Amino acid sequence: MTTTLTRPGALAASGHPLVRPDAAKHLTDEQVEELGRELDAVRDEILAKRGATDAAYIRRVIKLQRSLEFAGRGTLLFSKYKPAWFAGTAMLSVAKILENMEIGHNVLHGQWDWMRDPDIHSTTWEWDFVTPARSWQHTHNDLHHRWTNVIGKDRDIGYNLLRMDPDQPWKPFNLGNPLYNAILAPVFEWGIALYDLEIPEFKEGLKSKADMSRDLKAVGVKVVKQFSKDYAATPAVAMLTGSGKQALYGTLAANAIRNFWAHAVIFCGHFPDGTDTFTEEEVDGETRGDWYVRQMIGSANISGSKLMHFMTGNLSHQIEHHCFPDLPSNRYAEVAVKVREICTRYGLPYTTGPLPKQVGSTWAKIFKLALPNRKPKAATA
Amino acid sequence: MIRFSKLARVTAALTTPLTAEDFMALFNPVYSSRQLRGVVTRVVHETEDSATIYFRPGNGWHAHQAGQWARIGVELDGVRQWRSYSLSNAAGHDPAITVKDAGAVSHVLVRDTKPGDVLFLAPPQGDFVLPEHPRSLLMLTAGSGITPVMSMIRTLIPRRPDADVVLINSNSTPEKSVFREELDELADQFPNLTVRHWFTSTRGRLEFKAKAIAELCPDWRSRAAYACGPEGFLNDAEDLWEREAALERSRTVPDVTAGAGAEASRTGTLTIERFSTDLTAGAGHDGGLVTFEQSDREVQADGDTPLLDIGEDAGVLMPSGCRMGICHSCLVPLRAGQVRDLRSGELHNTPGQLIQTCVSAAAGPVNLDL
Repeated sequence: MTTTLTRPGALAASGHPLVRPDAAKHLTDEQVEELGRELDAVRDEILAKRGATDAAYIRRVIKLQRSLEFAGRGTLLFSKYKPAWFAGTAMLSVAKILENMEIGHNVLHGQWDWMRDPDIHSTTWEWDFVTPARSWQHTHNDLHHRWTNVIGKDRDIGYNLLRMDPDQPWKPFNLGNPLYNAILAPVFEWGIALYDLEIPEFKEGLKSKADMSRDLKAVGVKVVKQFSKDYAATPAVAMLTGSGKQALYGTLAANAIRNFWAHAVIFCGHFPDGTDTFTEEEVDGETRGDWYVRQMIGSANISGSKLMHFMTGNLSHQIEHHCFPDLPSNRYAEVAVKVREICTRYGLPYTTGPLPKQVGSTWAKIFKLALPNRKPKAATA
Repeated sequence: MIRFSKLARVTAALTTPLTAEDFMALFNPVYSSRQLRGVVTRVVHETEDSATIYFRPGNGWHAHQAGQWARIGVELDGVRQWRSYSLSNAAGHDPAITVKDAGAVSHVLVRDTKPGDVLFLAPPQGDFVLPEHPRSLLMLTAGSGITPVMSMIRTLIPRRPDADVVLINSNSTPEKSVFREELDELADQFPNLTVRHWFTSTRGRLEFKAKAIAELCPDWRSRAAYACGPEGFLNDAEDLWEREAALERSRTVPDVTAGAGAEASRTGTLTIERFSTDLTAGAGHDGGLVTFEQSDREVQADGDTPLLDIGEDAGVLMPSGCRMGICHSCLVPLRAGQVRDLRSGELHNTPGQLIQTCVSAAAGPVNLDL
């Protein structure tokens, strides 16, 4: 009776882009069309199954996260005792990681909107992260997921700071690539808040003054709230037990741990070896099937245990997440089996590996691209 | 409560972006910063397919007047569904709804609800309530239409010896008649209540003819009447009262000196409470692409499905209420395009106009400010 799509998703069912990416060159239009249908079927199968057990899952995770947050912050109030400091900091770190990744990121994608619960909805959720949810939804959901890995369109390729692709022109500034990344990791949430302000777009005249002042105001309010919670209110209450300073170190550590972890996981999503970037010609005239192909060959997974997937907010299933950004995250593991089989059958790369390998590969790229490309591409074909 | 909210504001410095209530919900599920909830305290099975559910509501609920209804939200397969149910117990008592198993939501409420379950709530509303000044009353109910009237009877009869209520209660059989024993007991105990059971399995449909009603309640014309039941039952009642009013108008010679005496002899008012609305008048047309602008969703909709259902199915947080076009809780501003009122077939296309999404369908492309 009705069909739903998230704007702007109306892509043609058949046809082909101006240029098909190298990794998919061997596929005919008909094969890409069939691949699109197969992935649509994977999605429909989950939609048909989605129900009470999924709803119970997200509520359980939220309950766990809030219990950890409550216990962690509570324990930090007594953090002049060393064990309390370690326990409180650990619980708060895990709470923040779960809040940002398995809950926040996924709720803000609309993965749980189908429940019609105003408490767990993409339009009402706000997260424990400096950047305001609405600003992040714009740069992440609208821009990054729409233009995944398209050079010149998807600014997530390096976040305006790092040179992450050989097709990005080299400048002397890029010599600092590894240094910038090392500085970014522990303050990742502040980097994202700055990135979401879209300052380059504003300078280029692509973002209006009114939008800029609205976003600045929103982030200003959020900064004050976030900063005062962790670095003023919590230490102030802890001073009652003489633990003020230790509590401050605890919240600083918890935020830094979360930042390191989120930074590592997120950089494994599109930067490890094996992931492709795309030109605008490769998305011009893109069909539904080609869109899926781009998401699959432009993303990389992290292999590991159930706990590992849980702690990454199932972003370890980046390929599946990019194909189906609004399917509930607890379903990505079963989707992954099918997506991988489809990739194998169509002869498409499916990039995955354990966390240390993927992190290493990302760092190697960051070092390598600090320098100009060794073999410049031919000027003309 | 004021003290609590001040405290909440202070603790918000520690809980942001959550609220103190979000953490209190870890210990007591009625706490929520955003949604009114209630915890089921007792479930009483009334007949084989109906049950009364008592609940303890959280902050934000207000006491109901006898005859009012409340929206109740439950989860079916993890998806929140809202329906309206009449509150059946006396005003001033803990709220309870009486539900007949007649659809997917009522089925879950009747069969699966147990004490401790959480219900999502909206505060009581509705103007099917007792008159402000004492009057003799006639209640006409059929099936589950007894629920709001039961609340009125329970509120009025034990406390007001001066009340004078006649109830005509139609059901298929005595077994299917909700509250039958309690009604009989009240009628035995209190002379101010007369109960006339009408069982359609033995006597056929209750006929809304002056003579038939007079047999059950001779002075029916002088009473303020309340009717609640299925669509056909209410339409028949309305027709009778309209016919009587027309007859009286033709008999009465306009006379400015008639005064109060003439007023009393006229047929009393009829107040009705509907449980559903006929949405077929505007059906059978083409739909269009519906865009929920703020939610960034586009849905291809047919011309027969209310926009409320279209939005809910797309995961948009739609405001909703009675779902039958009377309470205006579901209003959403139209940004562009055209909708059709399914009750009348009337078209609306003025940008900025507030649309009743529960009874309006797309008539071409529609952009909604939601």
